[in-house]
Amino acid sequence: MILSVASGKGGTGKTTIAVALASYMSEIQEREIHILDCDVEEPNANLFLKTSISVKENVYVPIPEVNMDRCNGCGKCDQLCEYSAIVMVKKKPLVFPDMCHSCGGCMLICPVEAISEVQKEIGIVEEGYIENLRYVGGRTNISQAISPPLIKAVRKHVVSGDLTVIDAPPGTSCPVIESVIGSDYVLLVTEPTPFGLNDLKLAVAMINEIGLPGGVLINKDGLGNNDVENYCRENGISIVGRIPHDRVIAEHYAAGDIVTYLLDNYRDVFDSILDHADLSHLAYGGKQ
Amino acid sequence: MKELVIISGKGGTGKTSIAASFAMLAKDMVMADCDVDAADLHLLLGPVIQEEGEFVGGKVAEIRQDFCMRCGQCVSVCRFDAITDGYSFDVNPLLCEGCSVCSYFCPYNAIIMNHEISGNWFISNTRYGPMVHAKLGIAAENSGKMVSLVREKAKLIAEEKGFDLLIVDGAPGIGCPVIASITGASHVLVVTEPTLSGIHDLKRVIELSEHFRIPLSICINKYDIHEENTEEIVSFADTKGIDVAGKIPYDTDFVMSQVEAKSIVEYSDGAASKEIRSLWEKIIGTI
Repeated sequence: MILSVASGKGGTGKTTIAVALASYMSEIQEREIHILDCDVEEPNANLFLKTSISVKENVYVPIPEVNMDRCNGCGKCDQLCEYSAIVMVKKKPLVFPDMCHSCGGCMLICPVEAISEVQKEIGIVEEGYIENLRYVGGRTNISQAISPPLIKAVRKHVVSGDLTVIDAPPGTSCPVIESVIGSDYVLLVTEPTPFGLNDLKLAVAMINEIGLPGGVLINKDGLGNNDVENYCRENGISIVGRIPHDRVIAEHYAAGDIVTYLLDNYRDVFDSILDHADLSHLAYGGKQ
Repeated sequence: MKELVIISGKGGTGKTSIAASFAMLAKDMVMADCDVDAADLHLLLGPVIQEEGEFVGGKVAEIRQDFCMRCGQCVSVCRFDAITDGYSFDVNPLLCEGCSVCSYFCPYNAIIMNHEISGNWFISNTRYGPMVHAKLGIAAENSGKMVSLVREKAKLIAEEKGFDLLIVDGAPGIGCPVIASITGASHVLVVTEPTLSGIHDLKRVIELSEHFRIPLSICINKYDIHEENTEEIVSFADTKGIDVAGKIPYDTDFVMSQVEAKSIVEYSDGAASKEIRSLWEKIIGTI
């Protein structure tokens, strides 16, 4: 069972909610619960979890390397490459590793077997534990443009049949799709502002496009206006919970003890999320 | 021409609100919304579209079932698991990277590559000047390419009009759309906040800007929600020799101005508004 936490807009509270939800689940369950940080460009979940990182795995992608002794300058690699990652300059192929999508096409098409692949490091996957909560997160190397392969490496740590919470990156394009695809439920965290609404609509369209069920959590409730609420009602989207707008919450967030604060004060919100995600047997401390 | 790019690493720190305020304070500038994934600037600037076009990002494979002999070659060459072998061989467009490898190696020429319309771009007028913006299609790829397109169009307009300033509202993160936004820019303004995530993400975005050798300034939004963290950012910036050009207080005007579809400086003359004005003076002096 994979429960993803996403949002179109950044800064709505995805990570906070994902971490609090996973912590809550691990509190009421004895078995192992997993939280995967798929926001590999800016991974923040462990800032709140504070697990000591026990495993680090370097993640590589294959990129082409040309053996110039063999190359006959035919240019077929350049013709095939859709990303301008291998380009003929003065009848010699030049590789641009940052543009490469690792499709392997150039190597396959080369008639003289002049192209082989070498590994390029794109980031790391880290892992840590707090009791029965297991954290796995990715972290791209600086200037690494393409993050989906690293997200894939994080997603490989999903243990089939176990309960997993995924903290997705903001936006609605490839890194988000790679993070949430295959989820059983997507919780969209938004705020009741015009930006929040605009980006929520995009996120709803995205999960509809992929065909994933989901619901909305309104964070900073009371701020802004009622448009998010009206939009959800008019479109039959369930609002699974609300966390009020409160400067005290913002201060707890800044200080880094937000998760404890939320679980002390808004436990019912997390019960409601579990209820909506078809995990009602876990809600209310598993007592229902 | 000067190009100021506003980014943040972490989302939701106030990039777009500050960008919209700068649009009002600047004279003779062109705006570009390069957060093409979740564009919001139009909500504050109310653009009236003058010209628009389709953005063709990448390609998507299509298997012509009449020609398919079910040899399975496509499945074995696809590294993105984008072809499923079920009742028929089918392409999952969400997983297809458009690399064309399957199409090249299909012995029966059964696979064609279709250009995919990944979104739309717009050139608009706003009450503060011209604006170039875009809408990436749902679940589309190539946001980096689209960002480059928006920046190019914005530069052309600035040249045509003889304006020498381009203000770019960037995306969160440090990946492809952000790299495409800052490459070759004159100056980066990082909007951060004194939270653990804010500080963590600020450091990554500074590293990125340094990697591309782009001068930068920092602005701390909601600086008063955690003064100690604010101090930490200031001293970190000091050690790096980076200017903290502004400290904006926590102010619900950020939201109230959004609701009124205005920039903060247009909406009120409150504490945040005043600080953004002085931030602008500093930034325009720096670049």
